[in-house]
Amino acid sequence: MIPSIDLVLLSLVVVLAIVAITVRDLLSAIMLLSAYSFLMAMVWVEMHSVDVAFTEAAVGAGASTAFLIAALSRTVRWEKK
Amino acid sequence: MNTGKSETEEGKKRSGDVIVETVSRLMVPFIQLFALYVIMHGSSGPGGGFQGGVIFGASFVLLVIAFGIVNAGNRFPEAVNTALFSTGVYIYAGVGLLCIICSLGAAQYLNYGFLSLPVHFEERRALGMDFIEIGVGITVMAVIAEIFFNLAWKKEEDEKEGGKE
Repeated sequence: MIPSIDLVLLSLVVVLAIVAITVRDLLSAIMLLSAYSFLMAMVWVEMHSVDVAFTEAAVGAGASTAFLIAALSRTVRWEKK
Repeated sequence: MNTGKSETEEGKKRSGDVIVETVSRLMVPFIQLFALYVIMHGSSGPGGGFQGGVIFGASFVLLVIAFGIVNAGNRFPEAVNTALFSTGVYIYAGVGLLCIICSLGAAQYLNYGFLSLPVHFEERRALGMDFIEIGVGITVMAVIAEIFFNLAWKKEEDEKEGGKE
C-alpha cells in the first residue's frame, strides 16, 4: 500500500459519490457511478485484494452500468425538482 | 429468414455504425475466451465462476448494444436462457449430490475429495472445483444476458406499439 495513491483514490471516490447523488442528469449520474466503481476497483487492487477488484470491475463498472442505462431508457432522463 | 425483413425495417431506424459493429464483432470472441480463462483459473488464481460468467454475459450485452436487440436478441431465445441457467444450478447441485453418493453415507456435500475419479486426491479437489465453477459460470452468464434482454426488449415493443398508433 502506498499512502499517497490511496489518499488520492479515496478522495476521488468521495467526490464522485457526492457528485453522483447531487447531479440532476440521470445519465451523468450513471456514468459517475461507473467511474466510482472503477475507482473502487483500483482501490481494491491497491489493497492487494485482486479478486474483489475483479468482481467490482466486472459487475460494478461493466454489467450494472449497462443495466442502469437500459433501465434509464424506460424512463425520463432528467430528474424533477 | 427474418434477417432481410429486420434489415429493411429496423436497419433504417437503428442505423448501425460500421466502426462500432466491426470492433464489437472483433472483440466478442476475445472477451469470451478471456471469460473461459477466468472460469478455468478460478481455483488457482483470481477470478472464478461468477466473474467469468459476468464477463461472458457482458459479451452478449455488447452484441446487443452494437447490433440492436432485434438483430442480436433473436439469437438468444428466452427458452434457451432458462434452460441454461437451470442447467448451471443442476451441475452445481449434481456435483454436490455426487459427493454425497461417493462418500457412502458420510453426507459430505461438495467435499470433492470423495469423488471417485481415477486421479490423485488434490487433483480430484481441483477437478470438482472446476465443475462447480463451470455450473456457476453458466448460470451467471444466462442470468446477466436475460436481465439485459428483458430490460431492452420491452423498449422495442413499446416503440413498435407507439409506431403503429
